Amino acid sequence: MQISSFLNILLGLLFAPLFLGIINKTKASFAGRTGQPLLQSYYDIIKQLQKGAVYSKTTSWIFRAGPVVGLSAILVALVIVPLGGIAAPLAFSGDLLLLAYILGTMRFFTVIAALDTGSSFEGMGASREVLFSALAEPAFLIGLAAIARETGVLSLSQMLPAAHFFSPEVVLVVIALLVVFLCENARIPFDDPNTHLELTMIHEVMVLDHSGPDFALILYSSALKLWVLGLVIVGMVFPSSADYFWPVPVFMALCGLILLAVIVGVIESTMARLRLLRIPQLLVAAGSLSAFAFILVLR
Amino acid sequence: MDSPMEIMMILLVLSDFALLGLSRLRTCISIVSFQGMLLGLLALVSQWGSLTLRLVMIAAASFIIKGFVFPILLRRGIREAGTQQEMEPFVGYIMSIIAGLVMLGVSLWLGNKLPLFALGSGTYLIIPAALTTLFTGLFLIIARKNALNQCLGYIIMENGIYTFGIFSVVEIPLLVELGILLDVFVAVFVMGIAIYHINREFDHLDSDRLNVLKG
Repeated sequence: MQISSFLNILLGLLFAPLFLGIINKTKASFAGRTGQPLLQSYYDIIKQLQKGAVYSKTTSWIFRAGPVVGLSAILVALVIVPLGGIAAPLAFSGDLLLLAYILGTMRFFTVIAALDTGSSFEGMGASREVLFSALAEPAFLIGLAAIARETGVLSLSQMLPAAHFFSPEVVLVVIALLVVFLCENARIPFDDPNTHLELTMIHEVMVLDHSGPDFALILYSSALKLWVLGLVIVGMVFPSSADYFWPVPVFMALCGLILLAVIVGVIESTMARLRLLRIPQLLVAAGSLSAFAFILVLR
Repeated sequence: MDSPMEIMMILLVLSDFALLGLSRLRTCISIVSFQGMLLGLLALVSQWGSLTLRLVMIAAASFIIKGFVFPILLRRGIREAGTQQEMEPFVGYIMSIIAGLVMLGVSLWLGNKLPLFALGSGTYLIIPAALTTLFTGLFLIIARKNALNQCLGYIIMENGIYTFGIFSVVEIPLLVELGILLDVFVAVFVMGIAIYHINREFDHLDSDRLNVLKG
């Protein structure tokens, strides 16, 4: 294990909320506004941490465990996803499956914490989240399987840098994963992170009852989720071998993440959110792109 | 892998998926037009080393008729009918995309089973892509109610046959090739008139209502 691989964790912990800021700045400049400060996500998290938490009498320990389990799950994910060409500290063969199930664990605890409040509104959001993630997961796993098959290794740290972006399969997988990325992180066109008062929202509705430090943990872990899934995409688009001196791939990966954040901002500014009925259609389309890529590499 | 033909075949299959998954007629027509232009280019790219006047003419005819003339005719059909969208297809869009994947799988299997002719390297996708396009066209004819979508399905099916033809029989006589194109052209023309009459008679384009006419 190299010292440089701890950069993964350190940079992730430090800079993850910054990318929310970049997305928001992009959206603001599209709309001709000044927008919130770049570091607003940090301020939000710090503000929430200083407050006290309010718990409803109907909730049990599950409600309190939700945010903690969510954060610890995404921290594990942070340890197995490579940063550019630098191998992750805990990389092992088959860690791509672990990544999918860690994200699943995180979602599961968010969902049962939402159900634990007994609010029908949150139950509705939970139901939607589970439906959409059930459709997004095949797209994610089949896409990664296609990359694994193409590169012949089963570890994210080896297969992401080895994928050549300019082959059609990888382009297909990257598009599919971009759709999954937007869905998993509850961005437009799947979900609008800014709404709190609409009946169509998905992710935000599940965390409505969390307050204070709990909500800070949720904000922080969703920023980390954005970072981790972003790294999976960036790792494929900017393949950089580990031969370089370590700052080079790290710098490339960070540039890639910034570019991704800007792209997400542009998508959010130019697209409207899809009708709820159309969302499964888009996810199935992403899944079929992944499956097509998988068929292409199977020959 | 990165040969331009492979990429064109992938684009062809992707446009099939898009046609299966999209409901807006205007977008579907644009995709069919894109498919026509793609196939026109494909005829040129496939025989790049030995271009003949005959081939260029076929490619140009296909490019212009499928890329520009059909879309104009079909768009006029939409404008006169006033429909924008397929409302309730027999098979839903999600199921259609999944059916598309199944058709792709079957086509790959068939492509392996049918070693009709020796193809060069890097062309492994051509027969499967042609068959997928053919199946997609047939599927659209069966699964959609809207007469315009069925007409699109017919054109897509012809695209599949055309792709198959380019590679299987390089030496199709010019007259036969032009004859097929003319057939399709006339068919689309007739369908345009039929669409117009269905629309005037019923105020919509759902062809399953034609059953009412049975005596």
